[in-house]
Amino acid sequence: MADEVMKRVGPPVIEKTPGSGLVGRRTRALLAPRVTGQVRYTDDIHLPRMAWGRLLRCPHPHARIVRIDASRALARKGVLAVITGKDMPERFGIIPWTPDEYPLALERARFVGDAVAAVAATDERIAHEAAELIDVEYEILPAATDLDTAIDAPSVGLGRSGKDNVSKEVELEFGDVDALFAASDVIVEGNYYYEGSAHAPIETHCAIGQYDKNGLLTVWSATQVPHYLHRELSRVLRVSPTRIRVIQPPVGGAFGGKSEPFSLEFCAAKLAMLTGRPVKFLYTREEEFYAHRGRHPMRMAMKVGATRDGKLTAVDTRTHIDGGAYSSFGLVTAYYSGQLLTLPAFAQGYRFKSTRYFTNKPPCGPKRGHGSVQPRFAFEVSLDKIAEKIGMDPFELRRRNLVEANAQTLNGMRVTSNGITECLDKVESASQWKERRGKLPVGRGLGVAASAYISGTNYSIYPNAMPQSAVQLKVDRSGVVTIFSGQSEIGQGCDTLLAVLVADELGLDLGAIRVISGDTDLTPVDMGAYSSRGTFMNGNAALHAAQQVRTKMVDAVAEKLGVTPGEILVTRGALCVAADPSRSVPVTRAIELAEGKFGTLGAVGYYNTPELGGDYRGGTIGASPAYSFTAHVAEVSVDTETGRVDVKRIWVAHDCGKAICPTIVEGQMEGSAYMGAAEAIFEEHVIGKDGLHLGPNLLDYKIPTSLDVPELIALLVESNDPEGPRGAKEAGEGPLHPSIPAIANAIYDAVGVRIDRLPFSPARVLAALRDKRARERPGEQAAE
Amino acid sequence: MKISLTLNGAPRELDSAPLVRLLDALRGPLGLTGTKEGCGEGECGSCTVLLDGDPVNACLVPIGQCEGRAITTVEGLGEMAHLSPLQRCFIDEGGAQCGICTPGMLISAEALLRRVPDPDEPTIREALAGNLCRCTGYQRIVESVRRAAELLREGAAR
Repeated sequence: MADEVMKRVGPPVIEKTPGSGLVGRRTRALLAPRVTGQVRYTDDIHLPRMAWGRLLRCPHPHARIVRIDASRALARKGVLAVITGKDMPERFGIIPWTPDEYPLALERARFVGDAVAAVAATDERIAHEAAELIDVEYEILPAATDLDTAIDAPSVGLGRSGKDNVSKEVELEFGDVDALFAASDVIVEGNYYYEGSAHAPIETHCAIGQYDKNGLLTVWSATQVPHYLHRELSRVLRVSPTRIRVIQPPVGGAFGGKSEPFSLEFCAAKLAMLTGRPVKFLYTREEEFYAHRGRHPMRMAMKVGATRDGKLTAVDTRTHIDGGAYSSFGLVTAYYSGQLLTLPAFAQGYRFKSTRYFTNKPPCGPKRGHGSVQPRFAFEVSLDKIAEKIGMDPFELRRRNLVEANAQTLNGMRVTSNGITECLDKVESASQWKERRGKLPVGRGLGVAASAYISGTNYSIYPNAMPQSAVQLKVDRSGVVTIFSGQSEIGQGCDTLLAVLVADELGLDLGAIRVISGDTDLTPVDMGAYSSRGTFMNGNAALHAAQQVRTKMVDAVAEKLGVTPGEILVTRGALCVAADPSRSVPVTRAIELAEGKFGTLGAVGYYNTPELGGDYRGGTIGASPAYSFTAHVAEVSVDTETGRVDVKRIWVAHDCGKAICPTIVEGQMEGSAYMGAAEAIFEEHVIGKDGLHLGPNLLDYKIPTSLDVPELIALLVESNDPEGPRGAKEAGEGPLHPSIPAIANAIYDAVGVRIDRLPFSPARVLAALRDKRARERPGEQAAE
Repeated sequence: MKISLTLNGAPRELDSAPLVRLLDALRGPLGLTGTKEGCGEGECGSCTVLLDGDPVNACLVPIGQCEGRAITTVEGLGEMAHLSPLQRCFIDEGGAQCGICTPGMLISAEALLRRVPDPDEPTIREALAGNLCRCTGYQRIVESVRRAAELLREGAAR
C-alpha cells in the first residue's frame, strides 16, 4: 500500500543532442549470429547431466482430479521424479489481482490441455512415455466450451466465486451518448464476430531449470518477461528472489504469446530442485496451441452515429469476450476492447460495455495488438458503412473526425505527436485511390482503415514507484561499450535499436557496442517486451545513460582542447570543436581522457512515464506517453465462383515518430500487416464442443506461406515525438490493426458484400454472395 | 550402427540407432544446433538441410538413410567473417527478424540459387513455400534472395 501513496519517479531529463549520424541510417543490424546458426535459443542450450521434462495434460474440458497415481511412471527405468499440483499449491497470474492458475492443476482441470502432472526422465523419449504412465482418475464436470453456454449456463461455475463465469466486466461512458444518437442523421449497427487466433511462433515454448549446490536456481526461458517470471517463480516456489536467476536467451518469435509465466517454467525449476539435475521442457507444436494465450474471440454489437456532413456523433458497443479457462491478462483485455478505440478518428460520445467470460478452452491472452484488433475491425467497417450511407469518400469521413496533435481524446488520453494525416495521405496517393477506386473491374476492390496504438503504458501491472525500464552502460578503455538491458530480444530488434542509440550518442561504430539483455543477474529491471514499450521506454533509458557518459567525454575533451563543453561536437569517431573540426580527439581517446578525469566510466539510465490517464477507474489503462498511427489501403480480388479472397496488396503507412533503424521498422510494419491479413483470410483458432482444438498443427491451422501473402508496401511517416528517444514511437503492433477492416472494406468494394465474421473464408464469402443475389433478385433464387 | 557421412564438406562418423532423426543427430552428437526444430512434423521447414544438394526436412529423415551422403547445414554456408551473399542480404534487406526460421530458409534459398541463378519472384516464392516464417511477411526474405542472386551473378561475371 505504501507504494500507492508514494510519489513515483517521473521521466528523466533527456537532452536533444544532434547525435553523430547513425540514427535513421540503414545500418547493418546485429544479426550475423542469426544467419550463421550461432545464436543460442533456449532449446540450443544443453547442460551436463540434463534431464527432460514432460507435462501430462488433462483430456477433458472440465474435470475434478480425484486421484493421481504415479507408481507406474516412477517404476519406468530412467524416470527421476513426478510432480503434481500438490507440490506447488500456490496460485499465480500475470495480473496480481487475478491469480487463478496453478503450475499444475490442483483440484480441477479447466480445459483440455490443462497440465496436471509433470515428469523428469533421463531422456526426452522416456519422459514422453512416462507421462502416459501416470494414472489420473477424473470426475468429469459440466463444461462450457463456447461463449453462449458460458453466458447462459453460469451453473458450470468456472468463475472464481463459483457463481458465474464472468472474468471481468467494464462499463464506461463519455459524453451524452443518447442525446448524440438522437441528433444523428445516420446510425449504423452491426454484429461482428472474431473467432480467435494463435501466435504460432516458430519457436515453441522452452525452459530449463538448474539448481546448484549453493542453492541458486537458474531458469532459462523463451519468455518476453524475465522480470515477472523472476517474481512469480519466487512466489510460487517459495524461494527467495535472491536465490533465483532468470536468463532469457534470444526468443524465436513471441507476438505476445510468451508474456506471462507458463507451467513449464515452474515445473522445470521444481524438478531441477527435486532431482539435482538440470531439467529441460520443450513444448510440442500441439502443446503450443493448447498453451495458447492467443487473441480473444469477441462478439461485438456496435452502433455508430453520424451527421449528414460526416461528423461522427456517438459510438455504443456491447462486447462479449471469450476468455478461455484462466484470467491471464484478461482484466486489461476487457478495458482494451473499448479504451483504445478513441483514436485516430472518433465521435463525441462513447459508451462501451465489455464482459470477459471464462470458458473451458485454452486461455486467451495478449496477441500483437492486445484486445484492440477486434473492435478496430468492427469500428472501421462501421465507418465504411457510414461513408457509403452519406455518400462521402471514406478517407474524407476519417479526415473530418481526426483527433489532432497535442490534444486529449474523449476518454482522457493525452496525445502528443500525431502523423495520421500524413499516413492517410500517403496510402491514398500510393494506392492511387482517387484514380482507381470505383473504376476497378468487378471482383476487384480497394478498402481503407486507420488506427492508433500505445507506445507502452503507464500501467505497469504491479503498482510501484520505480522506473519501468533501465539500462546500464559499462565503458571499457579500449572503446568498447557494453549495454546491459532488461529488454527481451524477441526478433523485434531491440538489441540493435539500443546499440544504434548508444553508438550514435557517443560517436562510436556499431562494432564497438555489445548488448547483454534479459538476465536478472546481469541486467537492470525492465518490465519486458509487451505493450510496444521497448523503443520508447528502453530507448529513452539508453539515451539517459549514454548522455551521462557523453557529458563526461565532452567535459574531458573540452578541457584538453581548452574550450568550453558547449563548443564540442560529437561526430562519428571523434569529438571536435564545432567551429574548427580540425581540432579533434578520437572517440577512444576521449573515453580515456574522461576516465582519467572522472574515474571509471559507466552509467545507469532509466525511464518512467509521466502521470497519465483519465480521472476514472480504468483511466490509466490505455494511457501511453505516445501513440503511433497507421493507415492501410488493401487491394483484393474476389473470385465470385469459389468465394476465394486474394489480398493483392497492402499499402501500410505508419507514424513511428522517428525510424531509428528504418529497415527494422519497415520489417515490423510488413510483419504486422501480413499477420493481420492472415487473420482476415486464413486463421481460425477453433475449439470444438468436446474442448479439442480442431487442428493443433501447422497444416490445419493455416499460417500463410510465401505463396499466400500480399505484396506489402511500407511507407514511413515520422512525426518526431517530443518525448520519444530521438522522436521515436512504437512500430511493432500498431501496424497490424487496420489490416482486417481494410480487407473487409475492400471485399465490399469488390463484390458488394459485408462479411462481419472472421475469417473471410470462401464458404462465408459464397454464402454472403448468395444472400446478396437473393435480396436483389428474389425470383431467381426460387428458380435455382 | 556406424554411419559415415560428409557434413559441411568434412567427413564425419557417428554411432547411432538408425531411426534417430537426422535433426536430433545434428543437434546432439554432431554438435550443430543451427538447424532448428519448429514442429517435428515436417510442416514448418525450420530444420531444412541439404541432403546431397536437395532440401529435406531433417525431422523426417532417419540418420540411417544418410550413410555415405553429403549434408549441408546453415553452419556450412558461411561464418561471421565471411558471410555468404545470401547471409549478408538476409541481414541487410531485413530478411531475418527472430531468426528461428532463418537457417532453414537460407538452406532452401541456397538450393534454389544453385539450380536457378536468376530466379524471378514467383520462382523464389515457390522455392520457399515449405519454410514458414511468422515475423516478416516474406517480402524481405524474397527480396534478400533476389538481391543475393544478383550479387552471385555479379561475382560470377567478374
